[in-house]
Amino acid sequence: MYDTIIIGAGMSGLAAGIRLAHFDQRVCVLERHYTIGGLNSFYRAGGRDYDVGLHAMTNFARKGTKRGPLAKLIRQLRFSWEDFALAEQIGSSIRFPDAQLDFGNDIGLLESEIARHFPSCIDGFRKLCLTLLDYDDLAGDEPQFNLSARRVLEGLIPDPLLREMLLCPLMWYGNAREEDMDYGQFCIMFRACYLEGFARPFKGVRVILKNLVRKFRGLGGELKLRSGVSRIHVEDGRAVGVVLDDGTEIAGRRILSSAGTIETLRLCDDISEVDVATAGQLSFIESISILDKQPQDFGFDRTIVFYNDSDTFHWRKPEHSLCDVRTGVICSPNNYRYTSSEGNLPDGVIRITTLANHDRWSALPEPQYRAEKIAQYEAAVESAVRFMPDFRRLTIATDVFTPKTIRRFTWHDNGAVYGAPDKRLDGTTHLSNLFLCGTDQGFVGIVGAILSGISMANRHCLVASPG
Amino acid sequence: MSPAEIREEIIDILGDIAPDENLDELVDDVSFREQLELDSMDFLDIVMELRKRHRVQIPEEDYGNLASMLTTVTYLEPKMRDIVKA
Repeated sequence: MYDTIIIGAGMSGLAAGIRLAHFDQRVCVLERHYTIGGLNSFYRAGGRDYDVGLHAMTNFARKGTKRGPLAKLIRQLRFSWEDFALAEQIGSSIRFPDAQLDFGNDIGLLESEIARHFPSCIDGFRKLCLTLLDYDDLAGDEPQFNLSARRVLEGLIPDPLLREMLLCPLMWYGNAREEDMDYGQFCIMFRACYLEGFARPFKGVRVILKNLVRKFRGLGGELKLRSGVSRIHVEDGRAVGVVLDDGTEIAGRRILSSAGTIETLRLCDDISEVDVATAGQLSFIESISILDKQPQDFGFDRTIVFYNDSDTFHWRKPEHSLCDVRTGVICSPNNYRYTSSEGNLPDGVIRITTLANHDRWSALPEPQYRAEKIAQYEAAVESAVRFMPDFRRLTIATDVFTPKTIRRFTWHDNGAVYGAPDKRLDGTTHLSNLFLCGTDQGFVGIVGAILSGISMANRHCLVASPG
Repeated sequence: MSPAEIREEIIDILGDIAPDENLDELVDDVSFREQLELDSMDFLDIVMELRKRHRVQIPEEDYGNLASMLTTVTYLEPKMRDIVKA
């Protein structure tokens, strides 16, 4: 009998596991895939290391910072700042046809860019930054959460082009809703991307995951891979345990699931139908190019470029095609300020993310799926090189992953990267001892997911538990 | 445990929660929140560490007693009086 069974060995599940194991609970983390990490996993192909989700870790803070999400998670999980070995971004850009804004880990840069290119909007932008400092995104019960971010911005930023430009990176890095964004999610992402900024460990996401797993196991936590949960067994309105895909039954006093809201409810054997219409729709393809040159050697020094090829930013699933390359994210993991002892990554790497339709990708028969991976990779790169130097002749290897791949790693319906649009901020479900953490609880990104696991473990599995 | 030993134990716990702080300079009658920028998650950790280390139970309605070192030691003294320091 476990005190807590955790579904999913992603960032949130592992972080929750550490909290509970640290306070002497018997905890088991169950993972369907053969590897850890969920969306933020990693793999090896053709002799090279790749990350699945990581472009940048948002919410950067320098060592010794006392406030903010990163400081909080380091304290709560008893890590040291050195454990993450974060290198800061060189600098990022938002590029539209008629305007470009640079930003970095100091909000002063974005502020001066806006003062220069959008002088009529600078007062509103400063006001926006001030209101955001007061927004408490950890409480999970902010009454303004569900306001429309577009409406709020219209009241502050008179120029529609600047509104679109500011929304573009924030939607790309954490908006599960099509077209508009919840104001609460906007505040979280604005702070994560613009006020705090981007960083990355030299060796990528595996550094963070390995630290989490090592700590979890060191505290006596159990991690079971290839252990998909097929059913949550319910008796008299309480979850009493889970049944694995291979039929093994595991009993627990409570369950914390990072599988997603719909995905979790579907597992409960007291529920016969779930409303799949509420599933997230937004999925991506990632086109990765390995180059025989460092990006800075052909004139590309940006860490991330968020591009959009018209003045209006379209954030929705492509209905009638496999992909939509009108907007995208270009990331070079080479363009971080690594220490001199780290040097730089062995190869040049350019990663391009574009919007994709999960159902269309999943319906392709295997030979066509493989052919489309190549065709859509080429379309994504062709679109992206309008906003950066053309690197195509330098390419020595490529890799593509699609919504099908994302579904395999995350098990989210539709391969929805940021889960369902309606978040369950308090993490509760219809059962008194079944709780949600991770993407569908509300926080996204690496730091957000880890904090989600921590806060849901604290709130539902530690405070409430008898000693 | 004597009040001095309880204080030492709290310092030890704070050292775990906030390893970057210089706790030698902690002023006993000024709140932790003010001096160390502790938030509700950190206060939960003080409660949980006391439960883990000494089996001391602190009900949620009593969390307010943990505001400063002075109020914490005063509050814990009857609860920890019979615990022998390891």
